[in-house]
Amino acid sequence: MIAYFGRRYLMSASHRLHTDALSAEENQAAYGKCNNPHGHGHNYMVEVLARGPVDPETGMVINLAVMDEAVQTRVLDRFDHANLNHDPMFTAVVPTTENLCKAVYKLLQGSLAPAKLEYVRVEETENNFFEYFGEAL
Amino acid sequence: VAGKPDPVTGFVVDLKWLKDVIEREVLTAYDHRHLNLEVPEFASKIPTTENIAIAIWQRLEPAVTAAGGAKLARVRVYETADIFAEYRGPQDGVPNERSLLFGAEEQVFVSGVKSRGGI
Repeated sequence: MIAYFGRRYLMSASHRLHTDALSAEENQAAYGKCNNPHGHGHNYMVEVLARGPVDPETGMVINLAVMDEAVQTRVLDRFDHANLNHDPMFTAVVPTTENLCKAVYKLLQGSLAPAKLEYVRVEETENNFFEYFGEAL
Repeated sequence: VAGKPDPVTGFVVDLKWLKDVIEREVLTAYDHRHLNLEVPEFASKIPTTENIAIAIWQRLEPAVTAAGGAKLARVRVYETADIFAEYRGPQDGVPNERSLLFGAEEQVFVSGVKSRGGI
């Protein structure tokens, strides 16, 4: 019996959207206020969905504590209250929330055994959100 | 639920109908009950949120299917604002004839939220 278990986590981080591939004017045109030199912050909501068989003894897809531990050590310890631009995952990649979503997915992939990571959703504000389901989609 | 919008009404399902089905099949059995002691399916199964999602699916699916329109697509149960479980049916991950036949067709999803009695 396949089911899903999901959990939402909050983290605060700063970023600046800027790429060396574009000129200063082009960066400003592409990213607007998000290109301001000293960056800005977000309270990100990270939603993690795990998929797998329901254990007949425990009735669970994954123990909540296993997911909490994986997200804490792999994602929150790394990104919470950090400047995303300073993280090695964003030296060659602009820390848009799309790319943050993919980074979180990569960091969590394989860490939710016996369940599997189904998707990562990141809400940047109440009105902006992004989802990543892996490359198979 | 998922299905093609009715060409006349534009509805996938009538929301009021779905609300009544949920009320009849699920809420009357679950709302303000002790799940372990008063709901038969949890006499033999632990009422984790995963198992509640599965049990709600099993209660709703026959009624939704019998209506002959939309199909039940998923049941998501929030235990808190931050913790939830979901079930998408026994065919989840199993390629079948129906999904091959209809997989490419336009489908629209509708969800309903029903407040608890007394609130």
